[in-house]
Amino acid sequence: MIYFDKVTKQYGDMAALEDVTLSVAPKEFVSIVGHSGAGKTTLLKLLLAEERPTDGNVFFESVDVNDLPSSALHHYRRKIGMVFQDFRLIPNKTAYENIAFAMEAAGRTDDEIASDVPYILELVNLADKTRHFPDQLSGGEKQRIAIGRAIINQPELIIADEPTGNLDPINTYEVVEILKKINELGTTIIITTHNKGIVDAIGKRVITIDRGRVVRDDVDGKYVL
Amino acid sequence: MDMNWMIFKRVLVSGGKSFLRGGAVSAATVLIMTVTLSIIGSLIFLSALLTFTLNTIKDKVDVSVYFVTTAAQADILAVKSQLEQLPQVQSVTYTSADDALTAFRARHATDQLTLQALDELGNNPLDASLEVRAKDPSEYDSIVKFLEASPALSAGGTSIVDRINYAQNKEVIDRLSLAIAATREIGFAVVILFAFASILIAFATIRLAIYVAKDEIAVMRLVGASNAYIQGPFIVTGIITGVTAAIAVLLLLWPATWYAGVRTQAWFGGFSIAGYYGSHFMLVFAIIMLSGILLGGIASVLAIRKYLKA
Repeated sequence: MIYFDKVTKQYGDMAALEDVTLSVAPKEFVSIVGHSGAGKTTLLKLLLAEERPTDGNVFFESVDVNDLPSSALHHYRRKIGMVFQDFRLIPNKTAYENIAFAMEAAGRTDDEIASDVPYILELVNLADKTRHFPDQLSGGEKQRIAIGRAIINQPELIIADEPTGNLDPINTYEVVEILKKINELGTTIIITTHNKGIVDAIGKRVITIDRGRVVRDDVDGKYVL
Repeated sequence: MDMNWMIFKRVLVSGGKSFLRGGAVSAATVLIMTVTLSIIGSLIFLSALLTFTLNTIKDKVDVSVYFVTTAAQADILAVKSQLEQLPQVQSVTYTSADDALTAFRARHATDQLTLQALDELGNNPLDASLEVRAKDPSEYDSIVKFLEASPALSAGGTSIVDRINYAQNKEVIDRLSLAIAATREIGFAVVILFAFASILIAFATIRLAIYVAKDEIAVMRLVGASNAYIQGPFIVTGIITGVTAAIAVLLLLWPATWYAGVRTQAWFGGFSIAGYYGSHFMLVFAIIMLSGILLGGIASVLAIRKYLKA
């Protein structure tokens, strides 16, 4: 499904990623671990076509991501649900509207929106906070809204960049449980983290990156650095 | 449901909501835009006022031809009909010696001394005259030349014209026209400068408002929204800002022109600012509203463009 072919990304003289080759199969749950600055976020940015590789190619379902014209990028990005450490909700939209926005952007009808959004809010346990704005929600609630927004268009892939970095242990556990549930329903998930507890709790494939290189790739991994 | 209509509706709703939820930012942009549109509005009134003043002065310009007391009325009327045939002439008014006397008496009705002096003269000392009004002040020269060269003015070798008052009026009129033209140019230059500066400020304010939303724009792009779909609501918000400011200005102009009018009507030679606003409301409305819409819309398009790259 995803294939990095000898990908190198340089920022000036610094190599953020060096000669990375890896592939992810459909329905996998992959944890990418590594120190801050190891290159995890760069890897995700390349996958989202936010950055272009200095060398090598990134494929998503046999499409070279960097060959996509910018007019097709927004179509491509709808196939991927994104979750961020800092949630990135739209501050002047309510919880409901934040999720609905992703559907509106994808051109879904009002009827679809009216039936899907409440269902997703139920799924992330926030049916009672529909009319709240992001600054009226706790960190865990915001992240659950963000996950709701990421999955609303039934993407083939969810990318979660340090999704629990700003959360306390209880909220972290809840977020991980939701992600596992989504994976069980058939969505591929790539998560970056440096939280050992999460990786061990997930107990799936772990890719370790250090100084821009893939140093370990364990199918049934533990957090080892 | 039609796809485009659905998108249009969503863009409208989203733009409207973010305007309402914008709070202080929306209020600030409306306020700045109100100032800008007020300045554009004052440009309209300044232009109207100066045009009015210039026209009033032009109207006051005429050439009076005074005839000797012995001139026959028929001869004078012959000159009148000749003048009326000139293409430059707008109107010619005949004032007989008797009419001139009546007018003189009326003008000096409170001045007993003058009236007594007049009575003692016994006969009418005033001349009959023709007041010639040209279509354009610059044509008086040619009219005067025509009069001077005209054979109809001489009955039996002696001129029936006593005097033509053109030369003495000309200088005063020319100077006044020049002064008004200069005032108009300087006034316009100053107001246009202000308008330009405040348009820049309005642009900068909208840019700031959109800068605040730049993370939001990044999120919209990541969620897969097309550029048009991201841009739309911001443009709608910009236009709503412009329309709100335009309405504020149009409302404020009522008391403002009324107040200014009361103070200045006599001074401006009878030009009523409030009256002008009333009679030209549709024009002022169109200019202010259009300026608001264009300013808000264009500023938004320009401001958001740089966050949409890549």
